[in-house]
Amino acid sequence: MEAVRRIAGRALPLARADVDTDQIIPSHWLKRLERTGYAEGLFEAWRRDPAFVLNDDRYRGAVILLAGANFGCGSSREHAVWALLESGFRAVIAPSFADIFRNNALKNGLVPVELDETTTGRLVALVRADPATEIAVDIERRIVEAPGVRPSFEIDDFARTRLLEGLDDIALTLRYEVDVAAYERKRPEWLPRVIAP
Amino acid sequence: MRRAAGEPDLLYVDLHLVHEVTSPQAFEGLRLARRPVRRPELTLATMDHNVPTNDEPPEPISAKQIEAMARNAREFGIRCFPMGSPEQGIVHVISPQLGLTQPGMTIVCGDSHTSTHGALGALAWGIGTSEIEHVLATQTIAQTKPGTMAVIVDGALPADCAAKDVILAIIARIGTSGGVGKVIEYRGSTIRALAMEGRLTISNMSIEAGARAGIVGPDNITFAWLEGRPYAPKGQHWEKALDDWRSLATDPDARFDREVKIDARRLRPYVTWGTNPAQSVTIEDRVPEPDALPADARDSARRALAYQDLRPGTPVRDIAVDAVFIGSCSNARLDDLRAAADVLQGRHVKPGIRALAVPGSMRVKADAERMGLDRVFIDAGFEWRDAGCSMCLGMNPDILRPGERCASTSNRNFEGRQGPGGRTHLVSPAVAAATAIAGHFALPSDLR
Repeated sequence: MEAVRRIAGRALPLARADVDTDQIIPSHWLKRLERTGYAEGLFEAWRRDPAFVLNDDRYRGAVILLAGANFGCGSSREHAVWALLESGFRAVIAPSFADIFRNNALKNGLVPVELDETTTGRLVALVRADPATEIAVDIERRIVEAPGVRPSFEIDDFARTRLLEGLDDIALTLRYEVDVAAYERKRPEWLPRVIAP
Repeated sequence: MRRAAGEPDLLYVDLHLVHEVTSPQAFEGLRLARRPVRRPELTLATMDHNVPTNDEPPEPISAKQIEAMARNAREFGIRCFPMGSPEQGIVHVISPQLGLTQPGMTIVCGDSHTSTHGALGALAWGIGTSEIEHVLATQTIAQTKPGTMAVIVDGALPADCAAKDVILAIIARIGTSGGVGKVIEYRGSTIRALAMEGRLTISNMSIEAGARAGIVGPDNITFAWLEGRPYAPKGQHWEKALDDWRSLATDPDARFDREVKIDARRLRPYVTWGTNPAQSVTIEDRVPEPDALPADARDSARRALAYQDLRPGTPVRDIAVDAVFIGSCSNARLDDLRAAADVLQGRHVKPGIRALAVPGSMRVKADAERMGLDRVFIDAGFEWRDAGCSMCLGMNPDILRPGERCASTSNRNFEGRQGPGGRTHLVSPAVAAATAIAGHFALPSDLR
């Protein structure tokens, strides 16, 4: 994962609640074997509507997605995160996130920023009034910066460090191999093993 | 397994379930880093999302994913039940059926409906592809401690209500994000009285309320379900396991972060009208007027009604359907098929309706056929299929055409979930069967 410190640029006001991952990337895109090639599928069904905000040229190049509550609910597909990243988004600001989506985002360096409804609403109003408005997400200082708004957001120390340093989770865990092996020796013998029923 | 200040806990994974759709990139990651699978014997793979459920070969692009699953399983030494195997089926159906899912285990899978396994008292949740790779490489997963929530359902269920109506009622009450960050424990006399199949339906849809997992405390129904299954403990191991499992029940005076109580005696069968599983009413009701809903629900209700092509005020029973789907990890077990067959016996699907019955596993299919259920479905005008996810999610040939309306026993009514432009209404197996006969939403007791 690439290290990520600060994200700054235009923001796209999606502003819908309960956006499920089936909308972010429809299931027929999940037949691919790669981690890439999903940008075209991002919000595929909604994009057929010319009035959909992603079709609005004024927001082209946006790096931040302004979403509604419970963003990323439903399916566990990490492809949703890959599609957003590949389309240029580096952070999603929303009043709340579904758990699996948040995990998937953090694993890939897409920053989930939780801000209350009122603050998210103010940011949406700002970019609707002026699509060129620059918004910044500062992970190190845990703040969002926009004209007239400077809210702080919560992100736990561990997740923050991982983002700032771009750490590989598997390498981190493999340092505890001794602990894992010790735990394995104590597991009850009745627990199932798939190979030999 | 490991706890350290300022870090998420590291949990050991007792069982890792794998399917063809979310795993290829994880195996590729292992190959690139030259990492082996740490514990292949705690990993089970199958193919369910992509597989055709009729005699047709898979679509070429699906075939590639199916082949990749077989190849990855071979290369990394993982047991796989491929298409054509008598043990193949939907991953959340086969593991409980084989007795692999046991109380107190930690179970993960790259699929949000992994919450299903909580019905047996396992802590089970869905993960993404990066986490799959982590589990394959380390057999562990990092987790922050979840919050707790009790959903207490008491009283006898009315005759025409099923487990599906209980969970749809719960989701209607707490909303699509009511369980975010929490593990739900389903408690109360209604839950205790449910057979394992019903409990699996309820735990299955925990994720539709946003919950990380949904657990039912293990009891005699759990133990009776497990005893004698292929991977259940045997002999003295069985006795030791039972002692352990009996100690897992939540203390009677336990405190939860949130408690919700549901009176089962007042439930009616539910039908979703919208595009998320909380947008539902009972079959006695009408499609709601968005302006009559709470302010924060109006926008999405309006969008949902437009997508679903429904008018506020329409009685639910007046809504006609084009297709009926009985299947999915939510409702494709033997009890579900039996409940539908009871309604279909001696009746026929309304002409013009496409009706699919898709058993959750090839073993469920064989069991159903031994009971003659296949004849009931076929004689009623249903297609009787092989096991797979089928029309739940639009990744295989079983999809709705744009504009088609479906009564479905699956778990998601999202826009386009059953195929682009398709319209989904979630219902129980008995209501799905009655709807297939009537041509519009109906209860078994409405027929004739």
